[in-house]
Amino acid sequence: MTEKYFFGGSVNPITCHAWNKDRSQIAISPNNNEVHIYQREGNDWKLMDILNQHDLKVMGIDWAPNTNRIVTCSVDRNAYVWTQGEDNKWKPALVLLRINRAATCVKWSPCENKFACGSGARLISVCYFESENDWWVSKHIKKPIRSTVTTLDWHPNSVLLVAGSTDYKVRIFSAYIKDIEKQPTPTAWGKKMTLGQLMAEFKNSTTGGGWVHSVNFSADGNKVCWVGHDSAINCVDVNTGLTVVKLKTEYLPFLSCIWITPMTFIVAGHSCIPLIYSFDGTSITFVGKLDESQKREASGVSAMRHFQSLDRNSRLESTDTVLDCIHQNAISWVAIQSGTKEHTTKISTSGLDGQLVIWDLTLTRSMQNLKI
Amino acid sequence: MSKNTSSSAFRKIDVDQYNEDNFKDDEQENQQLGGIDENEINQLLATQKNCDALKICLENAPLFSKNQQAKEQALQITLRVLLSIKPSQIDSALEILDAELIDTLMKYIYRGFEFPQDGSSGHLLQWHEKVFARAGVGSIVRVLSDTARA
Repeated sequence: MTEKYFFGGSVNPITCHAWNKDRSQIAISPNNNEVHIYQREGNDWKLMDILNQHDLKVMGIDWAPNTNRIVTCSVDRNAYVWTQGEDNKWKPALVLLRINRAATCVKWSPCENKFACGSGARLISVCYFESENDWWVSKHIKKPIRSTVTTLDWHPNSVLLVAGSTDYKVRIFSAYIKDIEKQPTPTAWGKKMTLGQLMAEFKNSTTGGGWVHSVNFSADGNKVCWVGHDSAINCVDVNTGLTVVKLKTEYLPFLSCIWITPMTFIVAGHSCIPLIYSFDGTSITFVGKLDESQKREASGVSAMRHFQSLDRNSRLESTDTVLDCIHQNAISWVAIQSGTKEHTTKISTSGLDGQLVIWDLTLTRSMQNLKI
Repeated sequence: MSKNTSSSAFRKIDVDQYNEDNFKDDEQENQQLGGIDENEINQLLATQKNCDALKICLENAPLFSKNQQAKEQALQITLRVLLSIKPSQIDSALEILDAELIDTLMKYIYRGFEFPQDGSSGHLLQWHEKVFARAGVGSIVRVLSDTARA
């Protein structure tokens, strides 16, 4: 039901990952300054290329499916747009982000002619290609962000942008670049859409606190869900009046969230198990767990697994600390592996245990109950 | 040539003051400035309505108050109520609390550990166990992450 992979025998955490259009290749960062491109060959992964232009840890990767370009951003304050040459090697082009703090997250717009990059400089750089000078330039969205931007997502119209930040706020901005785009048509979020226009702002919590870890627009762009460090799940529907629906859970905080149907989304994080929730505009309800593994069978202790487990958890003693779930450490990244936000059939998760797990949603019992 | 000194005074310079729009907490509008009415609580305790007293304490907890003295006072009253409820009554006391108040209660339990009296820590641990069973590790996370502290 689930496929589990390690890359290159490495037990390093996987910071982030991104798929190419036909899902035959994956770009991952093994928690350092490199991005590795793997090609799938049956059940094996073949290392195709290593993108090592960054000096410091890579924080975000996004792979534009149609234009086949990869954008990466890093703590070294740079972002690169990578294009594949005829020899199949990837060539970087520097982006002028104009920031003085680490770049934390990056995402291509759905139309793939621009991307947004959040940073510790309390701003979002909206970047586009300037053909006259043959380089990527950026425009800044600054106000009223008052702390590091940790997460971003694009509205399907490629104009609106939702951003979560460590100032405990989620904001929706217009990222309209008039130099390269036609005048956008109004959406339910508002009419005026000059660059940097604040369309909506939500507090993560009424009791203050909780960094926002992940935000996501639904497929129609009318709903937003986000997760923060207060272990809560939040949703807003523009059609039911911008009130934040909040569900405080009994789990450890979630680090990533993503819509898988118009009504349901998946959250995953420090609890190591992806969970499915649904949102009907007024309330959030728990649907089920993706990981239905039972208590581990007393497997014949292989020495290999034993030492792998020691290494993965950086421990010295050998008490058994195998968790009763597939991921053995926090899940930090969730991506759609197959399907669209409208109808996702497979998702991939990666995390601090260095595993990439592909989950087939059609085979999950709780999803079958949903009948999607 | 620069001299190597062991002085770490530079670490205490508040660099944020040179930044015009740095992060400030939002002014908390409204929010329960009344605090806890000690007489009311005493009356409830005198008539053995300890669970109601706890609920009123938590509902009126001055979590957003900037007045440290009011917060300390509320903490002492709430602790007194918590310790007056016998371990056998904890379950029924928790029944009348909603999720929001359970989170507030967890904040007071943790603060209570800072002021150990005779037998109080053991009693609070029993509270902690029951609250944890109800609200899970999420409520502990919120004790740490919320800016509205007990």
